[in-house]
Amino acid sequence: MSEHSSSSLVTYVGIWAALIFGTILTYFAARIDLGPFNAAVALTIATTKTLLVALFFMHLKGASERLLKLVVISTVFFLLILLALSMADYGTRAWS
Amino acid sequence: MHSQAAAVHPEVHNPALLHHFAEPQQQRDAASLGMWIFLATEVMFFGGLFCAYLIYRIKYFGDFAAASQTLNAALGAANTVVLICSSLTVVLAVWAAQHARRTMLLVSLVLTIILGFAFLGIKADEYKEKFELHHVPGASFQFQKSIPGHPDQMANPQHAQIYFALYFIMTGLHALHMIVGIGIFTWLLYSAWRGRFTPEYNTPMEIGGLYWHFVDIIWIYLFPLLYLIDLHK
Amino acid sequence: MAIENPQPERVNYLNKEYGIGSWLLTTDHKRIALLYLISITFFFFIGGFFALLIRLELLTPAGDLVQADTYNKLFTMHGQVMVFFFLIPSIPAVLGNFLVPLMVGAKDLAFPRINLLSWYLYVIGGILMLHCMATGGVDTGWTFYTPFSTAFSNTKVIEAGLAIFVAGFSSILTGLNFIVTIHRMRAPGMTWSRLPLFIWAHYATSIIQILGTPVIAITLVLVVAERSLHLGIFDPKLGGDPLLFQHLFWFYSHPAVYIMILPSMGVVTEIIACFSRKRIFGYSFVALSSIAIAVFGFLVWAHHMFVAGISVYAALVFSLLSYAVAVPSAVKVFNWTATLYKGSIHYDAPMLYAFGFLGLFTIGGLTGLFLAALGVNMHVHDTYFVIAHFHYIMVGGAVMGYLGGMHFWWPKISGRLYPEGWARLAALIVFIGFNLTFFPQFILGYVGMPRRYYQYPAEFQVLNVLSTAGATILGVGYLLPMIYFLWSMRYGKPAPDNPWNAAGLEWKTASPPPTFNFDQEPVVTWEAYNYEELDAPHREEVPVAG
Repeated sequence: MSEHSSSSLVTYVGIWAALIFGTILTYFAARIDLGPFNAAVALTIATTKTLLVALFFMHLKGASERLLKLVVISTVFFLLILLALSMADYGTRAWS
Repeated sequence: MHSQAAAVHPEVHNPALLHHFAEPQQQRDAASLGMWIFLATEVMFFGGLFCAYLIYRIKYFGDFAAASQTLNAALGAANTVVLICSSLTVVLAVWAAQHARRTMLLVSLVLTIILGFAFLGIKADEYKEKFELHHVPGASFQFQKSIPGHPDQMANPQHAQIYFALYFIMTGLHALHMIVGIGIFTWLLYSAWRGRFTPEYNTPMEIGGLYWHFVDIIWIYLFPLLYLIDLHK
Repeated sequence: MAIENPQPERVNYLNKEYGIGSWLLTTDHKRIALLYLISITFFFFIGGFFALLIRLELLTPAGDLVQADTYNKLFTMHGQVMVFFFLIPSIPAVLGNFLVPLMVGAKDLAFPRINLLSWYLYVIGGILMLHCMATGGVDTGWTFYTPFSTAFSNTKVIEAGLAIFVAGFSSILTGLNFIVTIHRMRAPGMTWSRLPLFIWAHYATSIIQILGTPVIAITLVLVVAERSLHLGIFDPKLGGDPLLFQHLFWFYSHPAVYIMILPSMGVVTEIIACFSRKRIFGYSFVALSSIAIAVFGFLVWAHHMFVAGISVYAALVFSLLSYAVAVPSAVKVFNWTATLYKGSIHYDAPMLYAFGFLGLFTIGGLTGLFLAALGVNMHVHDTYFVIAHFHYIMVGGAVMGYLGGMHFWWPKISGRLYPEGWARLAALIVFIGFNLTFFPQFILGYVGMPRRYYQYPAEFQVLNVLSTAGATILGVGYLLPMIYFLWSMRYGKPAPDNPWNAAGLEWKTASPPPTFNFDQEPVVTWEAYNYEELDAPHREEVPVAG
């Protein structure tokens, strides 16, 4: 477990501010026509926010071993497999 | 693996140390790993819903956009802010427990619970509105709206119903997890008030916090996916 | 090798406390293992009962024993009970729960109370399933395909779905407990490369339980929601796609078959090493192949959907990946074989089951490759060929491994020796009965008999009769261990600490073990499968007959 001090309090508030900013950004970016990129932008911001929460609020960054990070990465990997291989079917049905 | 210094004198024995662990650090590490693995199962649990959502959103994009725009994006954004603030209060509570700041700990926990209820309150309001508009899937479902950007094309009500089905299941499941989270934090508040947490032992705070942040993360994805489809149209 | 003069009974986990409360509120992983043993054996007989009725019906070409609707319920409930309430828990919940802490040198699992909770969840799921069956049952097939299950079936789909949901939670908690225990509770000196391969197998199994089970959980939630509210998520009339259900269902249910086989492979590894008196050949290959099976197992699910209407390009990808997933399993078979080579083979009952496993799993696995070929799949999908394939793996593989493991560790669990003569006979009966039951089904499927049909053309009768005869013999083979294991608890010879002179920490403590497993925390300074060391002191002794 990493050591905490009052500097970490400042970090927490900073991350909080970044998350709020990300939310505002998401909301207003949705109102601009970015063509096919609207979804990508929204998801990118969401993923960034998630990383901030996971790394700093959930203390993943300071974790002493890589095991916890491995758990997170593996889970995300298998979730992406579910999404990607399902889409491999749906995306290519029209080709036949 | 833990160190060889496993034999502990009875006087120093930590009452919170369970008998099958050799030392407190091992118990902490086990609890932390256990919670992270539990969160992994939760990711996959919601993941199935995200998969269904992804497939239908691509298939029925216009209908989903039409349905999505009957939601109040501002309220959704407000709820996102509420949850982000609650994640801050959680992390402050954990910090306070680790630094023996009792007042800060109790205040943060109370704020977390209040913010949790605020989220649920806003959600309830949204659900009520959906009910009044007959957007709840089932026998009385009605949907008449044009596809955003194509005012001459009406959205297919059956496809819109699929959107709302997923909307209610995803946000409903999320709200259920919020309720459980509020329950957990009420118990943490009680324990903190009883003085159970010290800088040496505050594992329940830490793993309760992990759970809360996870629920926040799910919402971080739900908000843009459900509320912000083609808003510019 | 049994001790002839029984010593005064030492305090162990069985006699430490008496009374039903001490069992129902226990947090001792060994007692919880026995609670599971009783529950899953109960469900094994329920599932077996349905199998008996199926095989009785199939004795004649006409549908004359039960009505068609009833037959649908029989094969559905046979599948659901056997998969969710027997096979998936079996080895992990019984042998895993008992042995994982012992093998890593810990006093208990990481979360003993969650372990007890997982048993209660299993029981609750079981009660729901029993109630469901008693009040009408389900007829959708264990696979719950939509839109039949969500829109048309008039049976208790929701209750069955809930039962499996709850049982799935039990499975998740078991897996979670194992992973944390293996990472955090190993004794000093027990490095990853000194772990028994049984542990590696259970680690890989637990990964699948953690990542896969939640997906079927949410799928069942969707089925229940759709059935109650007519949502249209899976109903083509309402814009839904039935194949979405199948994707979500099989994303779990294919890795689930690896949950069912990996622990059995772990058992077989331990048995083969012990009864060849040799270290497992290629330890790291066997360990890594377990992990590889877990990972690859998640990439192949749509091979259950080749004829369902998925895109042919997706089918190609899944077919290729299905060939890849066979490789780590083959690696294991080669390693087991190489272990046997120049080993000092002993034909005790556990080893007979291991030999049975080797042959039958290989046949089952190879026929899986036949099914993975798109062209062949067109012809044999939904025929008895598929049924034979998965029974070869699940029964010929997983159940044989389970029985072998029960025999191998019975002295440790009960403190008694089972009667070896009867055990060898039972193993032989199981092997013969099994092959007679299921080999004809490969032929039946190949010549075109569909699965899930209660009547069939007259020319298929001979093979069906052979199959039913085999099933009867198989049933006898299963009953025998029930009888002699129970008998041994009262009349069996007391077991020494290590009757097999086997490697592994579990053999270094008493049979049965004390509640906290070891009198003193073990410190491991030797490699796994150190059979040379174990056998070395005996080389100077006069060899004894037998």
